[in-house]
Amino acid sequence: MVPYNRLLKKDSLPKLLTLLSEQGRQIIAPVATDGLVAYSRVEAPFALDFDYILPNTSVKEVVFPRTEKLFAYVKSKESVEVTDFNFDAIPYKVMVGVRPCDAAGLLSLSAIFNWDPKDPIFNARMARTTFIGMSCNKSDEYCFCTSVDLGPGSTKGSDILLTTLNDGNYLAEILSEKGEAVVALAPALFEEAQMADKENFLAVLPVKFEKAKIFEKLKEKFDSPIFGEQAMACVGCGTCAYVCPICACFDIQEQTKGNKGSRVRCWDSCGMKLFTLHTSGHNPRNNQGQRWRQRLMHKFSYMPERLDVTGCVGCGRCSRSCPVDMNMAEHLKEIVE
Amino acid sequence: MLEKEFRPKIVAFVCNWCTYAGADLTGTSRIKYSPDVKIIRFPCTGRIDFMLLLKAFANGADGVIVSGCHPNDCHYTSGNFHARRRWTMFRTLMNFMGLEMERFTFTWVSAAEGAKWADVVNETSEKIHAMGPYTAYRNVAREITEEES
Amino acid sequence: MKNLIEISKELLQSEQVKVVIGYAKGSANRVRPLFARDAAECEKLLFDARCVQNLAVYLYKREIAAMGKPAIVANIPTLRAILRLCAEKQLQEESLIAIACNNDNEAVVLKNMTEIEAFVQSQVIALSDKDRELLEKIKAMPQAERWAFWQKEFNKCIKCYACRQTCPLCYCTECTVEKNKPQWITVASTKLGNLEWHTMRTMHLAGRCISCGQCAEACPMNIPLHLLPMMLAEEIREIYGTMPGLHRDENCALSTYKPNDQENFIH
Repeated sequence: MVPYNRLLKKDSLPKLLTLLSEQGRQIIAPVATDGLVAYSRVEAPFALDFDYILPNTSVKEVVFPRTEKLFAYVKSKESVEVTDFNFDAIPYKVMVGVRPCDAAGLLSLSAIFNWDPKDPIFNARMARTTFIGMSCNKSDEYCFCTSVDLGPGSTKGSDILLTTLNDGNYLAEILSEKGEAVVALAPALFEEAQMADKENFLAVLPVKFEKAKIFEKLKEKFDSPIFGEQAMACVGCGTCAYVCPICACFDIQEQTKGNKGSRVRCWDSCGMKLFTLHTSGHNPRNNQGQRWRQRLMHKFSYMPERLDVTGCVGCGRCSRSCPVDMNMAEHLKEIVE
Repeated sequence: MLEKEFRPKIVAFVCNWCTYAGADLTGTSRIKYSPDVKIIRFPCTGRIDFMLLLKAFANGADGVIVSGCHPNDCHYTSGNFHARRRWTMFRTLMNFMGLEMERFTFTWVSAAEGAKWADVVNETSEKIHAMGPYTAYRNVAREITEEES
Repeated sequence: MKNLIEISKELLQSEQVKVVIGYAKGSANRVRPLFARDAAECEKLLFDARCVQNLAVYLYKREIAAMGKPAIVANIPTLRAILRLCAEKQLQEESLIAIACNNDNEAVVLKNMTEIEAFVQSQVIALSDKDRELLEKIKAMPQAERWAFWQKEFNKCIKCYACRQTCPLCYCTECTVEKNKPQWITVASTKLGNLEWHTMRTMHLAGRCISCGQCAEACPMNIPLHLLPMMLAEEIREIYGTMPGLHRDENCALSTYKPNDQENFIH
């Protein structure tokens, strides 16, 4: 009966991943190359290194890829032949080393993609992916998960959450059916856990701002010039939206050649000028301040209000990757004051 | 079943006033040359966008030829001068990015050089035939599949 | 930069400019752009080795252009971008005042394009050792290795367009990738789309790129994409003897020609 705790010895993790791999699952973990930490497919002997704050890109790529073919078509004089999305072709994947912030983001993504309509492709990918989380024993100045009701040891969204103990072994919290299925594969590897206070092995992250105040203040300050001021430096690229574990805006494009083509879904960003441009030429969000305000309100006002989920997990990627150092936590604090 | 022998697909981007007319002369002179080339007519080499060459490869070409009037003979006076600089830079970039440079051929063929055009096409065709299809580029251009990674 | 703050305050107070675009302390050990409109904000201005972002990109941002005549804290690449923009008629002689740093770390006020031109031409301009080494390393690779290198890098690209947005010379109001009637280059991140995007951007910058390297600094995926236009800039310098961003009324290597230009690759 979930949730329950087990002990996964340090050497047992590669053994577990080998078993999962032999079962036909793709194992995907963050790999560091030339200063970039990115989720990549890994092979035996699964010698993984979890010594990073978090990967540059988020885990959302596995359930919401950068570019995704929805269906293909061939046109002839009389008809159009459509080849639908092949759900059977979705591979089974196990994501390892998913930080609690990324895992929590999956819940928000699920809310968006199950709002109206329910997205079958997203759901199929979620169903075939198991998330093994890794709690954080360190953080940097950009992290602010504790300010959005999460924490370095949050179990939200993970199927199994590992916490590294003093001896390098892992406290494994089994949290869901998918997590149980993994344990069932190799019950011997998941030993009885001694009582361990998880808190002792987590990073300590002071709260930077009061989340409840943000919700109020954003509404109050809708017409305030503060958004324009904060967005002065913003150059309107898509970096923040693309590295964010929750941002799910997409564009639909066609890729055609002669009478054949495919309809493709790809990432889009509300920070880009063209995002709300109408064919008439009118753009309701014509300046960067309006676009910045929209980003904040979507995450901290509209999503909590309409979908009852958080729009931000405090991972800090947007701020770390932003080419002009737009610091989300700092700006939110400024709005609340 | 006999496997069809590989015949390279070569796309030639040529200018109307010199090379296209030169290719016509090749034909009227009854000079035989390789049928592997598909000729696309432009008013001037100055009009040829560098992306068109890459689009040719993406659509299945194994080689490209770009040909126009000799310098000082451009029908529009300076189109080929601009093209020359553009090609110089484009070639350098393609080389730096690791494309197979032997698949790109740039020439000047005038309206009187019917024989030269046949030579250019035949030599290019032989060269590309020996190199084989440009699978490296075609793999990149292949329609995206459901699972990319 | 000595006297940076005093000079900025003076420029604002005397109403010679309405805003001073410069750098200020950012998160952690970073710096970020500052748009100082009064003396208090000027106090935050700083200038050190971290100030590499090319601020010229803000000169044509609507919200900032609307403020009025700016002063801009400018390193050499920023000054070159300004001259290039002037040559392309995006800026005029008296459009802005530049605050540059001389070899004695003192602030120098450059009141117009003529003064900026004189200052830039008095400086030594060369690639950094790091960039030169990287370029040589790639050039030395055999063809198949070069292809594999760039394929690996381009596959990382998420098409965020941070490279385009931070580049001062990418100022088209409608970019080629955004045209979809017909679709020329896909806006999405695909193997082909990424290759075509970087090729197209590099060629559109040929003869115009002032080698600031900020496109790569901005890239969230650490792709060394600055090497592409930088490599072309070096080739242009070598073959045609020109460098962009040195004259306020210069032409562009790819829109001019000499009847005897080299053609050693032509059949």
